[in-house]
This record gives sequence, structure tokens and C-alpha cells, in this order.
Amino acid sequence: MDWITEFLDELWDFIVQSLADNIPLIVGSVKAVVIAVAVMSVVPFLVWLERRLMGRFQVRLGPNRVGPFGFGQPMADTIKLLFKESIIQTSADKFLFHLAPAVVVFTAIVAFAVIPFGAPFEIFGQNIELWGANINSGILFVFAISGMGIYGMVIAGLSSNNKYSLMGGLRSSAQMISYELTLGLSALSIILLTGSLSLVDMVKAQETVPFILIQPLAFLLFFIAGVAETNRAPFDLPEAEQELVAGFHTEYTGMKFAMFFMGEYINMVTMSALVTLLFLGGWNSYGIPVWPIVSFAAKVVFLLCVFIWLRSTFPRIRYDRLMTFGWKVLLPLCLLNLLITGTIKVM
Amino acid sequence: MELLIFYPIAGLCVALALGVILNTSPVGSAMCLIGMMLGLAGIFVLQQAHFIAVLQVIIYAGAIMVLFMFVIMLLNLKQAASADWVSRDKNLYITILTSALAIGILYKIVDVTFMADLDSPAELPDTFGTVATVGESLFTDFVLPFEVASLLLLAAMIGAVVLAKPKLD
Repeated sequence: MDWITEFLDELWDFIVQSLADNIPLIVGSVKAVVIAVAVMSVVPFLVWLERRLMGRFQVRLGPNRVGPFGFGQPMADTIKLLFKESIIQTSADKFLFHLAPAVVVFTAIVAFAVIPFGAPFEIFGQNIELWGANINSGILFVFAISGMGIYGMVIAGLSSNNKYSLMGGLRSSAQMISYELTLGLSALSIILLTGSLSLVDMVKAQETVPFILIQPLAFLLFFIAGVAETNRAPFDLPEAEQELVAGFHTEYTGMKFAMFFMGEYINMVTMSALVTLLFLGGWNSYGIPVWPIVSFAAKVVFLLCVFIWLRSTFPRIRYDRLMTFGWKVLLPLCLLNLLITGTIKVM
Repeated sequence: MELLIFYPIAGLCVALALGVILNTSPVGSAMCLIGMMLGLAGIFVLQQAHFIAVLQVIIYAGAIMVLFMFVIMLLNLKQAASADWVSRDKNLYITILTSALAIGILYKIVDVTFMADLDSPAELPDTFGTVATVGESLFTDFVLPFEVASLLLLAAMIGAVVLAKPKLD
């Protein structure tokens, strides 16, 4: 039996050694899993919050039967969607049809990799940073990945072989391309002020004053473009029920249908996080004694409530008005703001 | 370790590039092209050029390919896939011109590869591939090509508007 214990000892040594050698790799993988799981588990909570709040806004109760305060409702909905029959019409392109919802959810989760959500701290002698990756062009990475998210809608519209889906896909991609410009240009004035593309540096630059006080116009433009970018009301043209049935996801059923909404909700969280980081000072709490991560989360939840508030307040904008608004109002304002910011920065 | 990541990405890129030209449906070709652009971005990341990689994704895989998809959607090429897509008109002059360009680029690539000293790779400075470095070289060493390219793009944009205008009015 000696050789067994010897072998086990050697194996144990090897495991300990390789673990000790690869601590950054292990920390990185754990962070990746934690972030992905956390982002996905926010979705049911957000669905519940939206339905309850919408109910209150419209002077009704909202879902309140499943569990305390209707908290079990998202769970019940998920079970229902999972057991629903998956229908794919014969004329659809099978591969692309399955690919589309995966692309939407994948890009939504990946975009969160560079979002920092708290100041770094030290534990067990390891410096833990509360972000997946701090690449030197963090904000560009978010824009690049959200640009990839458009393909989910385009592919869904194309592969369904349905006029409504095609029109929905076309509209949503046109809308996202148009408002991405405003989003990028209004973020550019913040980049000008900080002189860095890294989101961590941007938060550090706001330690005394949040950028919303210095750049109120950029904040407004960024937030409007952000609402449009996530395809939320009042900019939810892609799914205008009266004209397009349900837009690009008309033909989807069951869990694949739910995945599009998962993507939308995750994008909402990412957009709120971005607004918090760029304009509300990230995890800086300005004298209020709370943990950095609590300060960050509180701001994000507040912005999410604003998203829901907007949805229950404004009627949907007509499609041509939406495009005119984006190109003829928001974009010139962005350029003007950029010009002024640049001039002040140079002087 | 780097080669372990490089070879799968490079292989995938070549396979997808073949997929672009061999695919019978325009949608499939476009999807393969998007995949290849993303693979190229991966290779840029391996070369420590993160900024260029992100730009590759935003401009090529994002903006340009979305417009390709738009054209495919609007013209609805799906039905015409089998017949028209394969047998399109071949213009002899364009064929000669593009071949000459392709041969020129290939010659340059092979030339540079053979001239390179592979045994003693140069050390990269810390600032390599950052936004500041790329911007600096763009506006000092390469300012003329940069301006020429932007003029060309402007001309193309005006041309597109002029071509589309009579149909809009």
C-alpha cells in the first residue's frame, strides 16, 4: 500500500504547487464565473421589479400571488417557458434561428466583463479587483460588444423567413446603429475630460465631483441614447405591437423567446452601470459612509427604476420621428457639446 | 502558450475565409466574414495590440458587416441564392486589376516575412498598442496616408448620397 500513499502525496504536492503558481489565473476564472452568474441572476429580480413597479405606476397591484410580494412570479414564468413546446416553422433557417438568441445573451454577458463595480481591496494577501478585466480601452470594448449584439436581432429577423420579423430586425438594427453614434460621441466628452478610455480611470477622475455636474448635456444625451440602445420604451420600435406583431422575435417560442428578453434586461443593467461609471461617479459615495460596492449598486438600481419609470410614462415614438430625432437633434447636440468641451479643455 | 492559442484562431480564420467564397447563400458568406473578422481581432490581441483589436471589432465586424447584412436583408437575396449568386457577369478589366492588386499585396507580405529576423524577436515597449501610441504615429509618421484615406472616404460618402438622391426625391 506504500506506493499508493506515496502517489497520493506526490499528487497532493503537485496540486498545491500548481494552484500556488496560478493564483492570478484562478482568481480570474472565479471572477468570470461569479460575474456571469450574478449578471444572469439579476434578470428574474429585474423582471419582478419591473412588473411590480409598472403595476403601481398604472394604479394596479401587479403580480402578487406566487410567494411573498409575488417574488416567485419570475420563477413560475421561467418554468412555464421551459416546458413550452418549441416551434420552428419549416421555412426557417434552422442553424441561424438557434444562433440568434445565443448571440444576444452571449454579447450581453460578455459586455459586463470590463465593468468595474467597486474599489479594489485586499484579502488573504491577494489584491482583489472588482472587475473582470481592466483593459486600456474598456469603454470601447463595451461599445464593440454591444455592436455585436445587433447581429442577434439581424439574424433573428433574417432566419425567421417572416415579413414582420424582417422589418423588426431591420428597424432595430437601424435604430441601434443610429443611436450608437450619439452614445459614443457623448461618451467622448468624458474621455476628453479624463484622458483615458479605461472605466477605472474614469471613476478615479470623479473622486471629488461626479461628471453629471460638469457635463449635464452629455449625461442627458448618453442616457437617451442608452434607452434607445437597449430597445426600451419609448424607443421600443422594433417590437411595436400594432405594426410588427412582435418584431424580430415574432416566430420565437419558449425559452428561446425568453432569451431575447434576458439579453434586453442584461443590457439594461450594463447601460445603467455605464451611466453610473461615466456620470454618477461609480463607487465614489461623496461623504456618505457606505461600502463602495453598495454605493455603486444603489446608483444602478436607481437608474433601473428610471428605465421602468420612463416605460410607464411615455408613449412610443413613431419610427421616422425616432430616426429624425436621433440624426437631426441628438447628433448635432453631441457634436456641439464635444466642441465646447474640447475648446474649454484646450484653453 | 501563445502558439497554442494562435494556431486554432489562425486555422479558424482560414476556414471561415474559405467559407466566405465557397458558401452558396449570401447570408452564410456574410456570417463567415463576421467570424473571420472576429478571429483577426483575436490575432491582434495576441500581438498585444488591444486597441487595434477593439477597433477591428467595432469598424469591420460591427459597422461594415451590419451594412452588408442590411443590403442582404433589403434586397432579399435569399430567394435568388441558387441561380444569380454564382453566375454573375465577369468583367475582364476588373479581374485583371484586382488580381494585380492581390499579387502586389501578397508579394509585399512575403517580402516582409522573409526579411524579418525571426530568431531574435524585438522587445516591445510598454506603451505598444495603446491608444496614445497609435494616435501619435497616426498624426505624425502616417499623417499623409491618413488624410488621403479620409478624403477618399468623404468622396465615397458624397458619391453615395448623390447616387441615392434621385431615387429619394
